[in-house]
Amino acid sequence: MSDVYVVGVDMIKFGRFPEKTVPQIGSEAALMALDDAGLTIQDMQALYCGNLGQANAMVGQRILQEIGQTGISVVNCANACATGATAFREAWMSIKAGVFDCVLAVGVEQMGRGLLGGGGGGEGIPKEGLLGSGTMPAVFAEAGMEHARKYGTTFEQFAKVSVKNHHHSTLNPKAMYQIETPLDTVMNAEMISYPNTKLMCSVNVDGSAAAVLVSEKKAKELGMGRAVKIKASVLASDPYSDRDLVMPDVNAVTRIAAKQAYEMAGIGPEDVDLVELHDCFATAEILHYENLGLCADGEAGRMIDDGEVALGGRVPVNVSGGLLSKGHPLGATGIANIYEVCTHLRGEAGDRQVDGAKVGMTHVIGLGSACGIHILEKVA
Amino acid sequence: MSEQAVSNGPLPVVPYLKGAGTEDPYLEGLKCSACDAIFLGARSTCSKCGARDQLKATRLENKGKLYSYSIVYRSFPGIDVPYISAIVDLDGGGTIKGNLIGIEADPANLSFDMALDVVYGDALGRKDKAGNSYISYFFKPAV
Ligand SMILES: [Zn+2]
Repeated sequence: MSDVYVVGVDMIKFGRFPEKTVPQIGSEAALMALDDAGLTIQDMQALYCGNLGQANAMVGQRILQEIGQTGISVVNCANACATGATAFREAWMSIKAGVFDCVLAVGVEQMGRGLLGGGGGGEGIPKEGLLGSGTMPAVFAEAGMEHARKYGTTFEQFAKVSVKNHHHSTLNPKAMYQIETPLDTVMNAEMISYPNTKLMCSVNVDGSAAAVLVSEKKAKELGMGRAVKIKASVLASDPYSDRDLVMPDVNAVTRIAAKQAYEMAGIGPEDVDLVELHDCFATAEILHYENLGLCADGEAGRMIDDGEVALGGRVPVNVSGGLLSKGHPLGATGIANIYEVCTHLRGEAGDRQVDGAKVGMTHVIGLGSACGIHILEKVA
Repeated sequence: MSEQAVSNGPLPVVPYLKGAGTEDPYLEGLKCSACDAIFLGARSTCSKCGARDQLKATRLENKGKLYSYSIVYRSFPGIDVPYISAIVDLDGGGTIKGNLIGIEADPANLSFDMALDVVYGDALGRKDKAGNSYISYFFKPAV
């Protein structure tokens, strides 16, 4: 089986674009990724498109209707917040399988504002605020409080995640926000669902990201100069756990995926130079330091206190600004993460460059649950 | 039609709340005879061990311990905040989620593993389109 390389990758600056259609937003990143690879839509043998909001509306084909209808294979996929990573992985698999040499993956989302999740549904009366909360801030708050229960993690430690990621995004012109948020600002922001304040919740934005994936043969033809090797691509679903019915377990699914990814890449967590992980809420990021093996169980609070996960630290996490400040356009997030890591491996990340980055990891969680992990390696 | 429904008395908020409108409401789980996993709501196969047709109805206990929680300050329009969304491990098995009432919504008042009672009452005045009222379960600090 051929190794698979990313030879073109880009994302649009995240923001709010109510005047555009979903395919228009997706097309922008698609064209940018093609330009980055020095290729055209005529070179693509297939398109893997990730989008949630219009999952039944042929977004991939409509992107081709914007940028070139070449008759190629198109697959549309939806997998909650792992949608973009799933589209990327499908693209990877098609090359691994030897079916194609050169394919395009696009993730795109146009978001409304406001709370996600909850709302009830089903028969009878609404259950939100009656049988607890199903809103995303509450669900991830409860997951964070489980960590507090085990290890004494504090509100302040959770808040520090948001301070760090907002700081990182001041160095990322493609992030939604470029503003510093000191600790007291984060902690005193409107409480949404304790311990997550408004600044500890990811930002609903519109966005798109895209990547061109090729076989080794094709990569050699094109030149390996800026190519990035995909060392591992893994997708896991949530295993049974005792409280899963009422408390989605984002830990076990991440641990399964991480273990497989490290094995596939033939490396360990100590070899990873930077990580883009799924900080949909500040509480979630803390859990994943341990789930991804970046530290031992129970060490996550210390890790954020000691600055090990900040730019310049031992293993910088979410130097893009993360979902908390770069923004979280659900279907685009998984490919935007890959753009960020590739940009560092190529040494093109400007002021936020992680020095000497050779190996990076991306991680997303779609509640329900799906966990997608990719490990990427610098080639040249 | 709706008049008839109303005259039937309060309905259970979830299908696994049994005995709504009686003196003895309780929560019912399904327990797998093969692996002892406990589920809420109808199903025929155990998602822990895969055993088929091994699930037996079991009465869950009305006592438990606070496993995790969040205090919800922002919810959907019309929902009173703040309130405590609590995840509770029931004594004897099973985990359920609901509102913790009868205690001020402040982290200083809450401790993990604090003993809680499952209590039953009207579903905060919520009614369905037919005008039926509902019985819900809540958690209260144990007396
Ligand atoms: Zn079983």
